[in-house]
Amino acid sequence: MDPAFLAVQALSGLSSASSLFITACGLTIVFGVTRIVNFAHGSLYMIGAYTAATLVPRLLELSFGPVTFWAGILASAIIVGLIGVIIEVLLLRRIYGAPELFQLLATFGVVLVVQDLVVQVFGPQDILGPRAPGLRAPVEILGRRFPSYELVLIAAGPIVLGLVWLLLRKTRFGVLVRAATQDRDMVASLGVNQALLFTGTLFLGAFLAGLGGALQIPRVSANTGMDLSIIAEAFVVTVVGGMGSVPGAFLAALVIGQLQAFGILIFPKSTLVVVFLLMAVVLAIRPYGFFGRAEIIGGTHAVGIASRRPLAGRSFILITLMAILAAFPLVADAYLLKVATEILIFALFAFSLQLLIGVGGIVSFGHAAFFGLGAYGAALAVKWYGVSMEAALPLGLALAALGAALVGAFVVRLSGIYLAMMTLAAAQILYAVAFQWVEVTGGDNGIVGVWPSPWASGPIPYYLLTAVLTVITVLLLKRIIDAPFGYSLRAARDSEARAEAIGLKIRQHRWFAFTIAGAAAGLAGGIYAFSRGSVDPSLLGISTSVDALTMLLLGGIQTVMGPLVGAAALHGLRDWIMPLTPLWRLLLGLSIIAMVLIFPRGLVGTVRDWWGART
Amino acid sequence: MTLLAVQGLHKSFGGVVAARDVSFTVTRGEMLAIIGPNGAGKSTVFNMVGGQLRPDRGQVLLDGQNITHASPQKRFRRGVGRTFQVAQTFLSMSAAENVQMALISCYRQSHGLWSPARERHRDKAVELLSRVGMAEAADTPCSALAYGDVKRVELAIALAGQPKLLLMDEPTAGMAPRERAALMDLTAAIAESQGIGVLFTEHDMDVVFGHAGRVLVLLRGQIIASGTPDEVRQDEQVKRAYLGDARALEPLRGVSPA
Repeated sequence: MDPAFLAVQALSGLSSASSLFITACGLTIVFGVTRIVNFAHGSLYMIGAYTAATLVPRLLELSFGPVTFWAGILASAIIVGLIGVIIEVLLLRRIYGAPELFQLLATFGVVLVVQDLVVQVFGPQDILGPRAPGLRAPVEILGRRFPSYELVLIAAGPIVLGLVWLLLRKTRFGVLVRAATQDRDMVASLGVNQALLFTGTLFLGAFLAGLGGALQIPRVSANTGMDLSIIAEAFVVTVVGGMGSVPGAFLAALVIGQLQAFGILIFPKSTLVVVFLLMAVVLAIRPYGFFGRAEIIGGTHAVGIASRRPLAGRSFILITLMAILAAFPLVADAYLLKVATEILIFALFAFSLQLLIGVGGIVSFGHAAFFGLGAYGAALAVKWYGVSMEAALPLGLALAALGAALVGAFVVRLSGIYLAMMTLAAAQILYAVAFQWVEVTGGDNGIVGVWPSPWASGPIPYYLLTAVLTVITVLLLKRIIDAPFGYSLRAARDSEARAEAIGLKIRQHRWFAFTIAGAAAGLAGGIYAFSRGSVDPSLLGISTSVDALTMLLLGGIQTVMGPLVGAAALHGLRDWIMPLTPLWRLLLGLSIIAMVLIFPRGLVGTVRDWWGART
Repeated sequence: MTLLAVQGLHKSFGGVVAARDVSFTVTRGEMLAIIGPNGAGKSTVFNMVGGQLRPDRGQVLLDGQNITHASPQKRFRRGVGRTFQVAQTFLSMSAAENVQMALISCYRQSHGLWSPARERHRDKAVELLSRVGMAEAADTPCSALAYGDVKRVELAIALAGQPKLLLMDEPTAGMAPRERAALMDLTAAIAESQGIGVLFTEHDMDVVFGHAGRVLVLLRGQIIASGTPDEVRQDEQVKRAYLGDARALEPLRGVSPA
């Protein structure tokens, strides 16, 4: 192969590694000190890009020159740092002690809020920034033209690494940051002003995110999709490098930059797949990344379902509920039936996740993978083999179960935040496959023409079919939760050491739970595909996973029936509010944040506590 | 008759030798205490017998069977029960359900998907709880029990597997002085009546000298003395090396150390 081409490819790999490192470095420092995986880090990056793309041209009008350009970039990063401080003071400070699931969701709420705010402040168009003065002409490398700005970026990575190293090694703030990364409680007990330390750390982290974003403006226009695409990559870098390790992030960014640059040659369309596969391999060999160390998990009491006495008259309640479900078509119009069908589907989806999170304590952040696999499995069976709905639904379920068994085999070795990131990665791989393998999956357009069999089509029959399948599956899962298998999952969640000492094979149980939960989510996905008549990659996306988590949290993870209530509440709200306002995401984000802060036990849990206190 | 035979166990962490040629035996119905100052290697030896650590050299034989490299789960099946320094129970379950869970695992039913767990082995679980004096609390959630009671429930869990050998890592740590003697009396009675060998580590010298049949003294990973409590108490080397105070191992009069 042409050496000049290889050299240019390697250089562009280095420059993207630099950009990635600058952003991911902030994420890993914030995680090290606060133990919060900040989903909003990508949003800060996006704000950095928008701010710089708006601010720098104005400054250049006043006085044109390289100094102005770089001062503008720096100013944008400082502005983002201050926004980070605001986020810390208003939100993060209140959730340091919360379970990691709550923290992830709360920061995802910030992502949603920022998405709408950015459009409000900067407008809906992409903004292309100015090119850097003095760096407009490309340079020649082995006879090929290479943008000179990229060379500056290549240098920026090591410069930032050096400055961060000096900051961490030579200043009092740096010593405290390193100490807190090693043992937060010890730092607290030594009388260090924690609030100031954490606020300072968030400033540093947000500053680096903003810098990473601002540096992009001559290369790519600031756009509203930047946040989620960079956060996925930054997660991979921090996880592969080891959470909290700055040198680890640098090494991982270098590897991933090169992998992306040369992965294009092997898989022209799916560099994302290569990157996430790297993460899967690294975590399979080193469960804590290159330089990470085992997280001491504990302090927070095990959150999830606990034993309680069976409700008196529960068969009466069940029969009443089923009668209401069966009688609903008598009073509802077609639109209400469609909403009710979707609520039931999402209730089943959320309930399948409850088996993992509420029962098993396995915080999966990529449950959409199995929902999507079920939907795609059913749709592909219809499209390519022309099978009927009766055959397609079990096929979708089987595909999801198979996928869950495969993913589960990888992730049951992991724990805590690494497990959450790995499940997220699995979902992102599938998302990338569905998005980029156009010949089979139809890419962005998805697959259309997935209609139910004649006997089940029409709002009333399909609603009834959905209700029957959902009720049966939920009852089966409930049975499993109360059976020895469900108890074994809870045992492993409550105390791994004790569960091992009484001979429970924890990994085997968790793997099995993963498969069952995946199969149930796959069934929900299949029903969903037939209810809409189509599938598209968004079913596998982060926001679908977050929907399920939000429903779970809204209902309460301490209760078996919580996810069902949560699904009804979230879906009902969305259906009611979305047509009324363009700021739906802002409202959803704010309500997720409010929920984490005000109702950490969920709706059902809060009502139950209130009831318990009264009697 | 020898129940547990530990032969030439050796373990080092980097340059630190935590256990050097440690050999001892435990017979059925015997209570053997391992004592030693902090960092002597008690926990290392203990965790090598329990399966949490792999030894560099040496063997652990239970009833003549080699369990040196067996996982904690396999050891449970071979008849090893254990309690932890910080009691480990399932806090989301009631006391009875904790014991039921151990029985379910013991009968290899943990994959059962149909009939409810709370109805399985209930009577046997309550019987085990009554043996440790916790029958009344059978339906109390473990998270609502006092710590001393949690330790008793943990003992019932360990007994549910019908162990031949019971490993207890600082069984009375964190308990009130009066509760300590009661728990150890109970353990001794159960061990004797069922022929269970008990291996325990302990910091409280009253517990050690009041309940152990034999005492093993570790110092810097090596056994420096072993014998009956009286023999160990008289041992000059132990007095000097272990506590640096000739009268430190004398029984205290009047007050018990808390």
